[in-house]
Amino acid sequence: MGVKSGPGSDPILTTMLDTALGWARKFSLFPLPYGTACCGIEYMAVVGSRYDVSRFGAEVVRFSPRQSDLLIVAGTISQKMAPVLKRIYDQMLEPKWVISMGVCASSGGFYDNYATLQGIDRIIPVDIYIPGCPPRPEAVLDALIMLMEKIEKGEDLAQRPSRVAQGQLPVIDGEAPSEEATRPRSHVKQH
Amino acid sequence: MTEPRNAGKLLQEKFSYLKEFDLATPFPGFFLPGDNLVEVARYLKEELSFDLLADLSCIDASELERTPRFEVLYNFYSLKERDRLFLKVGVDEAEKKCRVPSLCPLYATANWYEREVWDMFGVRFDGHPYLKRILMYEGFEGHPLRKDYDICHRQPLIPGAD
Ligand code: SF4
Repeated sequence: MGVKSGPGSDPILTTMLDTALGWARKFSLFPLPYGTACCGIEYMAVVGSRYDVSRFGAEVVRFSPRQSDLLIVAGTISQKMAPVLKRIYDQMLEPKWVISMGVCASSGGFYDNYATLQGIDRIIPVDIYIPGCPPRPEAVLDALIMLMEKIEKGEDLAQRPSRVAQGQLPVIDGEAPSEEATRPRSHVKQH
Repeated sequence: MTEPRNAGKLLQEKFSYLKEFDLATPFPGFFLPGDNLVEVARYLKEELSFDLLADLSCIDASELERTPRFEVLYNFYSLKERDRLFLKVGVDEAEKKCRVPSLCPLYATANWYEREVWDMFGVRFDGHPYLKRILMYEGFEGHPLRKDYDICHRQPLIPGAD
């Protein structure tokens, strides 16, 4: 970025489109909190007034994947929940990022058993991992700052297709929603 | 103030085949054959006011070197008398004999508990209206809380996610 000004004219700001977009994006993240366990409670502390994630422009949590660009997976993901998480990720629009909060989401944590997915990176790509059980809010804010730096550079987005091609990221097939999922819900009985 | 009743003693006087076991709790517990379960449970509910089936769980005793292999444990509570009582039914592991009569007709709470025990241990409950897995997903094979279920065995729903 630079500032140009000539005699008799207002100064103008020159920049590259990507840089401007990255700058705008990093300060207006719309997180989708995917809280499935105790880390979800800790995430609430991050959003609360004491740690106040709004200082970083990421306080407007959205519970719709279509309105969010940052998926924060906070909690244990069971094998049964894995297809749901994958579908939510698939429904989010590009550009999108994923933070894996806590050891459960990152690696299964101490739930090394029949029921638990051993890390969400087996089904979706992850940008930042936060260790801890649960991570302290400072760690979450730190991860957010790291992600903001990453977004500003914009490299990861440009690299993503080639990394998928090289097998470094899981292949996300955009499977079409099943007929059942798209059917209007009018047939559901009202109680 | 009247003396608190002794439900365990009352029960044992009525059904002589009950064998007391030590539960390391202040509450009485009895072993009984599965065939007599409904009869005893009905007496508990209707005569001794044990109106709540507070819990129903199962033990795979294969590593405790006890026979039979499974022990289904019933935890009854009386809201009126504030009294608790346990029953235990031994269940053989042979496929055909791995079954217990269901308590669903007596206690509504038995419905989900029995589904859980079926899901985790593979003990069938005769007369259950809807004996389906409750926690694990459809297509899951085996019963994960059995001691012979390989602890490293994964059955992911998304192929390759194990
Ligand atoms: S990492 Fe720890 S705090 Fe977070 S969901 Fe897992 S068990 Fe709970």
